[in-house]
Amino acid sequence: MSETNLTSKELLSQLLQAHYAEAIAAKAEGKPVVWSTSIAPQELLEAMDLTVVYPENHAAAIGARKDAPQFISNAESEGYSVDICSYARVNMGYANLQFSEAENIPMPDLIYCCSNICCTVIKWYENIAKKFNIPLIMLDAPFNPSYEVAEDNVIFVEGQLKDAIAKLEDFTGRKMDYDRLKEVMEISNETATWWKKATDLAVNVPSPLNGFDMFNYMATIVCLRGRKTGTQLFKLWYEELKEKADGSIGPWKDSAEEKYRIIWDGIACWPYLGPTYKILKKNGVNMVTSTYPESWTILYEPGDLRDMARAYDSIYTQRNIDYAADRLLNLATTFQIDGVLFHSNRSCKGMDFKQFEIQRRLTRELGIPSVIFDGDQTDPNIFSEAQYETRVQALVEMMAENKKKKGEKI
Amino acid sequence: MNQVELLINQFLEEARNPKQTVTNVMVSTGKKAFGCFPIYVPEEIIYAAGVLPVGMWGGQTQGSKVNAYIQSFCCSIMRANMEQGMAGTYDFLDGIIIPTFCDTMKAILANWPVAVPHVKVIPFVYPQNRTSEYSAQFLISQFRNFQSNLENLLSKKISEADIENSFLTYEKYRVAMREFVELVNYYPKTLNPKIRHMIIKASNFNDKAVYTKRLRHLMESIKEMPQERVHGPKVVITGLMAEPEQFLDLFTENGYTFVADDLAHESRQFRTRARSEGTAIEKMAYRIIDLRGCPFFYEENKSRGTLLKTLAKKYNADAVVVCMFKFCDPEEFDYPVYKNELDKDGINILYLEIEQQMDSVAQLRTRIQSFSEMIMNEIN
Repeated sequence: MSETNLTSKELLSQLLQAHYAEAIAAKAEGKPVVWSTSIAPQELLEAMDLTVVYPENHAAAIGARKDAPQFISNAESEGYSVDICSYARVNMGYANLQFSEAENIPMPDLIYCCSNICCTVIKWYENIAKKFNIPLIMLDAPFNPSYEVAEDNVIFVEGQLKDAIAKLEDFTGRKMDYDRLKEVMEISNETATWWKKATDLAVNVPSPLNGFDMFNYMATIVCLRGRKTGTQLFKLWYEELKEKADGSIGPWKDSAEEKYRIIWDGIACWPYLGPTYKILKKNGVNMVTSTYPESWTILYEPGDLRDMARAYDSIYTQRNIDYAADRLLNLATTFQIDGVLFHSNRSCKGMDFKQFEIQRRLTRELGIPSVIFDGDQTDPNIFSEAQYETRVQALVEMMAENKKKKGEKI
Repeated sequence: MNQVELLINQFLEEARNPKQTVTNVMVSTGKKAFGCFPIYVPEEIIYAAGVLPVGMWGGQTQGSKVNAYIQSFCCSIMRANMEQGMAGTYDFLDGIIIPTFCDTMKAILANWPVAVPHVKVIPFVYPQNRTSEYSAQFLISQFRNFQSNLENLLSKKISEADIENSFLTYEKYRVAMREFVELVNYYPKTLNPKIRHMIIKASNFNDKAVYTKRLRHLMESIKEMPQERVHGPKVVITGLMAEPEQFLDLFTENGYTFVADDLAHESRQFRTRARSEGTAIEKMAYRIIDLRGCPFFYEENKSRGTLLKTLAKKYNADAVVVCMFKFCDPEEFDYPVYKNELDKDGINILYLEIEQQMDSVAQLRTRIQSFSEMIMNEIN
């Protein structure tokens, strides 16, 4: 427990509320607001004391609170295809309607886009900048076709970080304070470390962590990585989970037993968090980890721009399939996984189109069963609860069969 | 059959039979062949190695082996390339290059070595941010990496002089192509939408030096004919590509003229002029840096709407035709932006959603026909 006696969940909720409220207040005071992609080098923005909001976080919040359809439909009426990323459609619609019962963000004065998560954000953010006729700072973190991160890529990203600093100085009319930047880099590394330490506690059997909680905490690793409050939150979360792990307490409050441990591959199905969670829990299945939360474990030498460039170009979405597959296989081994649930997320072609091959390697190399279900991160029209339940049941049967073969109790 | 018809028919034949054409060129030139995925690749380096670059823009396919690798909601060109690769269509190539312009292409690059292991792939990463002073330097380093990978694959050194010569050959080709698309405006009947496309398409399977010579011959022969007029809409066509062939027939049947194009498969390949200073590799890099209006790169202030308006005005076009390839994210993201700009200027738009594997173009027929009627009524 922290000094304020808040639980991490309560602190999470307070911090998120404050994050959105502060952004709206800043805009009202005439301060500029930045819209940034979710795994961008926020260190530069934080060091320049800029107010930042994250449209992907916002779209996920709108999706989870079931308010996405009005924005999606607005974007589609403007000509956006039903086939493009639904976060983008929600955000485009929000940029027009500018109000949601779920959560609100102020309109942007500057766009900050890092392509390390996908190529889609390049087009999405380019359109937003054009729409509002505002500047965009682009950080192109190139794809790494080889297993290791390419040195050419790192040099290119480092160059763009220098460009970005110059552009931010122009935008704010202030010089970058490099001591402050180093301090933010230190905080960011520390927050990322506690994030990893907390989520890594799920290696315990039973896992003290219910993976759907990880989805909830993800919003804050996006927006508070460079802040001390972020460090405090994840440290507190770690302490709570550690206490549970030490007492061999499992993931669920009602003491239901963790029978099976799985990886969830891909982004959550935000509009169906309830059903996707409940169907797993009903079957004693705990999602102990996922493929992409580790993307925020961005670690580098504070003060070293090149090392920071390398860290931002190292996340798995910009790595080749051998790296991506190895990573999933490592997670499966480390977290003692019984099965994998692949979310074929209509919004995320980059992740989807590698799933079949990764699934084959998982079966071949570890004999771990898996299933794929159709869904979407925010568009509620793709997911089918019946299909999901059938696939989960099939996975449970395969996992039970495996356990039986190994002589483990079911 | 007159001279012009003979020359055109040869191009048509080549565009319809890519594999046969490439095989013939390999025999006549003694060259090996190397496959080039869309959108842009450094063909000049491949050509400098004495190897024939072959465009791989999908095609009609049979079978569904690709379903073991890629879901159905994927660009039909990429699915077709994978399908053909697995069917052995590209076994005769010495290798292929796959650039990573979008999330789908990154995934295709991931799957290719597993699905088609016998056709070696060299990846290529273009900078999508071209606004940094580091962008050109990065692109040049990628060209050099590719050169080195290609040299290893072919067990052959590529000299600087070879690259300089190759670049000149490509520049001559690009100049000829720019003249060709202009010529369509004076001979819209002979160079109707289908023939125009097929002639451009044939360049993907030919040796560029020979192709340029033949294209120039055709253009000279055409220029000896009296200029032509057709009664129908004059349009600027935009998008990834305009195929299949029967889709283009619909435009021809309804008297359309493609007065200019903004297709990735066509003018975007050759509309940007090279800078006069620098080495061939530097000029290649700056042609990419200077390319405007292409959704496969990040572009500050997105100029595509302005580009389309400028083309429509310059060629007195009646409309812009959008060929939207289903599941092409970059093209789909651009559309609402330029649509808004064209709407503001009162420029008509015909939006057509297409796929390479279309079973039937019947639905599009009605739309292309009625749009033509609407335009012609407006004019009259």
